[in-house]
Amino acid sequence: IKPKKERTFVIAAVEFHRVETPFLIGVWIFFASIAKIGFHMAPKLSRMFPESCLLIFVGVLIGALLLSTHSVHVQPLTPDTFFLYMLPPIILDAGYFMPNRLFFDHLGTILLFAVVGTVFNTLTIGASLWACGQTGMFGCTTPLLDMLLFGALISAVDPVAVLAVFEEIHVDEVLYIVVFGESLLNDAVTVVLYHMFEAYTEMGPSRLVYTDILAGLASFLVVAVGGTCIGVVWGFATGLVTRFTHEVRVIEPIFIFVMAYLAYLNAEMFHMSGILAITFCGITMKNYVEANISHKSHTTIKYTMKMLSSSSETIIFMFLGVATVNNNHDWNTWFVLLTIVFCSIFRIIGVYIFSAVANKFRLHKLNRVEKFVMSYGGLRGAVAFALVLLIDPEVVQLQPMFVTTTIAVIYFTVFIQGITIKPLVKILNVKTAEKRKPTMNERIHERCMDHLMAGIEDILGKHGNHHMRDKFKRFDNRFIRPFLLRNYQGAEPKILETYSKLAMKDAIEYMQRNASTI
Amino acid sequence: MGNKSSLLLREEEIAQIQEETGFTPNQIERLYSRFTSLDKNDCGTLSREDFLRIPELAINPLSERIVHSFFAESHDDRVNFLQFMRVLAHFRPIRKNRENKLNSREEKLRFTFSMYDLDSDGKISRDELLAILHMMVGANISEEQLTSIAERTILEADTNNDQMISFEEFCGALERTDVEQKMSIRFLN
Repeated sequence: IKPKKERTFVIAAVEFHRVETPFLIGVWIFFASIAKIGFHMAPKLSRMFPESCLLIFVGVLIGALLLSTHSVHVQPLTPDTFFLYMLPPIILDAGYFMPNRLFFDHLGTILLFAVVGTVFNTLTIGASLWACGQTGMFGCTTPLLDMLLFGALISAVDPVAVLAVFEEIHVDEVLYIVVFGESLLNDAVTVVLYHMFEAYTEMGPSRLVYTDILAGLASFLVVAVGGTCIGVVWGFATGLVTRFTHEVRVIEPIFIFVMAYLAYLNAEMFHMSGILAITFCGITMKNYVEANISHKSHTTIKYTMKMLSSSSETIIFMFLGVATVNNNHDWNTWFVLLTIVFCSIFRIIGVYIFSAVANKFRLHKLNRVEKFVMSYGGLRGAVAFALVLLIDPEVVQLQPMFVTTTIAVIYFTVFIQGITIKPLVKILNVKTAEKRKPTMNERIHERCMDHLMAGIEDILGKHGNHHMRDKFKRFDNRFIRPFLLRNYQGAEPKILETYSKLAMKDAIEYMQRNASTI
Repeated sequence: MGNKSSLLLREEEIAQIQEETGFTPNQIERLYSRFTSLDKNDCGTLSREDFLRIPELAINPLSERIVHSFFAESHDDRVNFLQFMRVLAHFRPIRKNRENKLNSREEKLRFTFSMYDLDSDGKISRDELLAILHMMVGANISEEQLTSIAERTILEADTNNDQMISFEEFCGALERTDVEQKMSIRFLN
């Protein structure tokens, strides 16, 4: 018996294809992070440009390098990687650290802008582009439905871009929550309008009957309410699970991440708004999880979440840059210019109309400066890009032109608006916020004012914000908290929390001052 | 019940209330109809029981203090409509062009302060703070914990070391709170 082939033992070998995908992902993340360190080491640069601009710029450089060498043929930013892996961490971070009180106080205004405002923008942008197309200035046929589809994806304000720019400028909290809340909640509208117009285009305009439009309306309710409910249910479930984790503290953070992610996927599975689901999952779980888990787990969650979201954001902007550089662009000057003009104009008009409506019902009236920053802060970003890539070029012939135009709009909003917003905020003297923890006095007296206002509302027989909040709190304290919390501690957990946080801070300071006594 | 008409507001009364509180005639009439519906005995004034009959208010932890604040100016145990309106005027939103002495930031703060300051000596003592904390936080908390919270709160605000919070110290502690927002209600027209 002879061996079939003489074999020598190989000391070292190269086997790249086996590790190719994870290796490339690793390299991408590495480069994005290195680029980020680089900007912070050049303070002049990062004072002038928002980080998102610089990241896109680095992305373009890398893309150009890859294109000229023809080395890698992967398109890193596909709709699936974006929606399934890169978007959820950012939205979870936003939802989990959402200032709940502020969010629900301004919910009416936020919903008005997110729902009615986005529909308004979609219809006006789509219709105006179509009207201009009728004059023949684009040099191609522009069916109305295609234009509306494009309007739907371009008119959604992007949560990633808004966060990236607004986090740096620290505007006043009311302004921040209105713009940011809008960008989060308009997802439901965008998803519905997008799928609706996509389906209409496939059906063809001739076979469209009015029941389809009614079905669109109904599906909006389903997508929005369904997404929210899925999120809230998973949020409660997370609270319940963490009630029992006190024996295995090390796995506490995993539940927060996995269950929020499942909420997102669960919603996406049914074509509901995943963004709404994960936002509300974060908002809901925070109330209960924080009381159950250990202090260290809490710190871990906080930093992991911040790290994941900031790296996702970094990668998204860099990938946007990389994805720009390719050969299949279809540049149409008039179309690009008019889209940018319409986007800006209708954003401004929309903000003015809807803030006039909102001001009729608001205590704090939105003033001129705030309206301006709101219309100026309507940034478009990667959500629009991922949606435009999803369009099937077989069905919509204009898809390549849409892609190019979307990129142009994103560049316009991220670069021109992103760079100028910081100096503008300074010139217009917009109130800027300071982030800090409440003191003991503020916590107690503000709670006291809340009870007072709820009482006054009841005396007036008026069912306002305070009344609703009071009702919810009572319900929460009686029926939910006792089941989800391990140590149920009375009606005012926030007062106790503030107290223990302050006490802990004092203790740490004391230890640092008197290090020798330990 | 037949003498409803005698309970209607007279023109000059409306004018006087408008002058004093800054409400519009529409708002005054709306609030007046609320006032009369709370007034079960049709006597033109409200008693403590009339207030506490409101179901939601009765379960408010601070209901007793809130109702009490309506009786601060009255000598007997009744509130008439003008006094009722004077209290509510504290919660009118502040408008830049229309100044009114009842709804200024300071008055709003003074109103909250008086909820604590039961003996109205101009200072919140430890016991007065504890009483409010008891009402708000409820029963599940140990007495020592509440006491240490109250002590810490006083320590934090107290600048002249008298172990009490005076009104000035109270304002100082809430310097960064948006009181104008928090203590305003949009009264319907």
